[in-house]
This record gives sequence, C-alpha cells and structure tokens, in this order.
Amino acid sequence: MPPIISIANLSKVYASGHAALKTISLDIHKGEIFALLGPNGAGKTTLISIVCGIVTASEGSIHVDGHCIDTDYKAARRKIGLVPQELTTDAFETVWATTGFSRGLFGLPPDPAHIERVLRDLSLWDKKDSRIMTLSGGMKRRVLIAKALAHEPQILFLDEPTAGVDVALRQDMWRLVRRLRDQGVTIILTTHYIDEAEEMADRVGVIRNGEIILVEDKAELMRKLGKKQLTLHLDAPLSEVPPALSGHDLELAQGGRELVYTYDTKGDAGLTGLLADLARSGIGFRDLHTSQSSLEDIFVDLVKERA
Amino acid sequence: MNWYAVRALYRFEMARFWRTALQSIVAPVIATALYFVVFGAAIGSRMASVDGVAYGAFIVPGLMMLSLLTQSIANASFGIYFPRFAGTIYEILSAPVSPLEIVLGYVGAAASKSILIALIILATATLFVPIRIEHPFVMVGFLVLTAVTFSLFGFLIGLWADGFERLQLVPLLIITPLTFLGGSFYSIDMLPPVWRTLSLANPVVYLISGFRWAFFGNSDVSIGVSLTMALVFLALCLTGVTWIFRTGYRLKS
Repeated sequence: MPPIISIANLSKVYASGHAALKTISLDIHKGEIFALLGPNGAGKTTLISIVCGIVTASEGSIHVDGHCIDTDYKAARRKIGLVPQELTTDAFETVWATTGFSRGLFGLPPDPAHIERVLRDLSLWDKKDSRIMTLSGGMKRRVLIAKALAHEPQILFLDEPTAGVDVALRQDMWRLVRRLRDQGVTIILTTHYIDEAEEMADRVGVIRNGEIILVEDKAELMRKLGKKQLTLHLDAPLSEVPPALSGHDLELAQGGRELVYTYDTKGDAGLTGLLADLARSGIGFRDLHTSQSSLEDIFVDLVKERA
Repeated sequence: MNWYAVRALYRFEMARFWRTALQSIVAPVIATALYFVVFGAAIGSRMASVDGVAYGAFIVPGLMMLSLLTQSIANASFGIYFPRFAGTIYEILSAPVSPLEIVLGYVGAAASKSILIALIILATATLFVPIRIEHPFVMVGFLVLTAVTFSLFGFLIGLWADGFERLQLVPLLIITPLTFLGGSFYSIDMLPPVWRTLSLANPVVYLISGFRWAFFGNSDVSIGVSLTMALVFLALCLTGVTWIFRTGYRLKS
C-alpha cells in the first residue's frame, strides 16, 4: 500500500538563516498513529506546518494520498485536519459557528448532524452557543480539535495536543484518537509526554536538530533499544562485586544491599548462568524484581547519545 | 471553485459587522448628521450653490465617498490583519482555498459593509436635504467599483502591516488627507489654479467627481476620465494582491 503521506528530501531554511529541517524523508502509512518525538526546537512544528501548507518548504516534495501539496494543494489539504500547538481561536464566535466555519472553509456543505456528533464526542455540546473567549484553556483545546474534525479529515495532525491540559481531557482525547484510528483516520502527533507516545503510537519518529534520527515500529524500538534490569535484594550487604561474578554486567546499589543486573531484552539474557554463579558463591537474596526501560528512557538516551 | 469557503469567509466577516452594529452603523449615521449640521446648516446656509446644486446636497456624494473609502480600508485591513495577529490565519492557510477565494470572501464582505454604510449615509442625508440621482446605475457602479478597489487596498494594508500602528498609518497619513483634499466638500474649480492642477494627481478627486456626476450630471473632470482612473486603481490593487499571494509575502515564512 502506498504511503498516505510521502515526504522526500524536505529541507527548510528560514529567512533568518536558521536551518529548521535538513533533508528529511519520511513515509506515513495509512491508518497508523505516528508519534513524532523531539526536544523543543527540533523542527516538529515546522515539519507539520509545511505538510499543512502554513510554511513553504525550501526544497523537497510532499505528497498526500498521491496529491502534491504544491501543484494539487486543494485535493491534498481537503484530507488533512490540523490541531495547532498554540491556542489560537477566535474570541467572539460561538463554538457552533466556528466549527461550522471550518467545515465550510474546507469546501464541504453544512452538515449539522456531523458537527453535533463532533461536539458531543468532545464534550462540547452544552457549550455550543458559548462564545469561545468565555471558555477555559482545556475547552479551547477541544474547540480546536472540533474545528479540525469538522471536515471529516482522513489525516489528523495533533501538534502537542496534551500540553497543558488536565488528566480528564487527556484521557478523553486519547479515547477520541483511538476511535478515529478505528475509523481509518491516520494520526500524526507530537508530544512531550513520551508515556503517551508509548501507549498510543504504532510507530515512532525521533527528530533532533532538523534531522530524523530514527523511525521505528514502537514495539520493535522498545525491543531493540529497551534494557531490562534485574534487581536482587541481598540477605547480607556486599562491599564489592565478588570476582566469581565478574563475568556478568553487575552493579551494587543501596549501599551494597542490592545487586543490579542489566541485560538486553533480545537474545539470551544469561539469567540461568548468573543465578547458578550466585548460588555457587553463596550469595543469598530475599527478593527480586525486574524493570524494563520506557520509551522515555530510550528517547533520552537517543537524544543524548547523538548530541 | 470552493464556494463553501467563500461563503464561510464572507459570513464570518459579516458576522463581525453585525456584532459591532453600534460602531459600524450608528457611528456613520451620527457622523453624517454632524457634517450636515456643520457644513449643511451652519456654513452651507451662507454659501452659494455650487454648479447649480445647493451646497447641502452638493456635499452628499463626497460624504458618501469619504465613508466608503475609510470604511472599505478599515474593514478589509482589520479583517485580514486580525487573524494574522491572533494566529487564526493558520486555518485559512491550511485550508483548500485559492487566493482568489480568500480575496472574494474578505474583500467581498468589506465592500458589502462599506456599500451598506454609504447607503445608510445617503438615507440619512435625505432627511436633511432633497437629493436627486440623475444616473442611478452609474451611481451604483461607482459605489461598487470604489468599494471593491479600496477594500482591495485595505486588504493589502492588512497584509503588509506588522503592527496595529501601521494598520492606522496609511489611512491616517494618506487616505484621510487625500479624501479631504479630493473635493468632498468643494468643487476643485473653487481652488486656486496651482492647487487645482495638483489636485489632479489625487486619485480620490476622480472618484468623487465621477460619483458626483452620477448624482447631478456635472463634474470637475469628465466621467470617462473618472471611470478610467477608477479602473486603473482597481487594476493596481489587484496586481498587488496577486503578487502577495504568489510570493507568500507576510503570509508564509
């Protein structure tokens, strides 16, 4: 299946001389949730803005469902809904009017039933006649999502959708994202909450200094780069790792009361050998637990490593 | 053509107009009434008729033009500047709309508003002085042409401005003087010869003169010249707007 978004050799140098994107190529698959991770200023918003037509690319090409965003921009843009990072809303319009406006702007005839469905999904229905300026920040965020969904897009961009929103809204939002995905909508999101990407995304891209340094299936990434640790709570503290155990990647923690073993999730973990060596050395333990590194740890490692 | 988008933009802009009905409608009515009290009753009663038209009636086309120009510019420039300022322009830039559709929506709405206001002024004026319109079709034609041209001009200002000061700058420093010196309240024949010649460089003179011809059948410059000049301004503004959208100047980085 051809990618729904195909980005080829895209670069962007702003008038200030700042190179925000350096020859990026990226394919987004139809129906996936793609999380774009990266530190502030990495180029996430620039990338999204170019695909959506808000910023002009310096070089490279983008096709959305086969339509070039320059020569066939109308067809390309009709398919895309964008929820921007900033809370940029009108002030005096009602929620109902602004959502209907967005639908018209994207070239669709009025459809009150669809608008009602969108507003109900976002718990905005009882606010439909409120002026936007009277709403809280979280409610404005919902309004921006409603506007982006008003024209039934096949692709939804969410630029930091959960920055500064409360837990209830975050959960509502992820429920909605899942439902949209089930309907076949492709979702591209940027987030600072890596646990969310970990929970939601099918694939993850990491962008740093205008370069995509990694694109990977999330599960694959976790498996490849994820580390596991086994922590043993010792009966008696040790002052150093005994020479008999030096063949294993061990560290002492908690003043010698814990022994921490780090191993890869792939391949042979060597646990059997370790436990046998422990028994041979007469080291007893009361308890043990294992932990696995999160996407956040992987992300931090990646960005640090290549800095 | 994405007509739904044109309609959405047009209705959005018109909604702003009705929301601020007090400023948009009541203000011009009061201003017109004041002009009539001062120029019509107080000063006009001591003035001879101009080209056979009572002074009170003579100033009506000029007053309408004055409002038409300032309102067209104010409405159109604010209409496009504010989304740029507030950031809501993102939605328009990311929508499947062509520059032509954007201009039709914004400029169409701004022109509609100023035409409406000009007609309100005309209605108010009839309360003070008897008005006759010799060439109603030409009058409407000039009204629409001028409203569209100056709404386009305002749209350009709104695209160019990078602050509220600049938004006020052009109307305040250029348009207001040009309209006052353009013969709103007098015939340029009344001016000393040097000023009369200089006035011919003022584009507003042609608009007011042509508009006045539609009312009274006589004018400072011939109606053909007025019409030609009006079309030239329209072409200039269209060129400017086309250039901006082609290059993305001030719209996209």
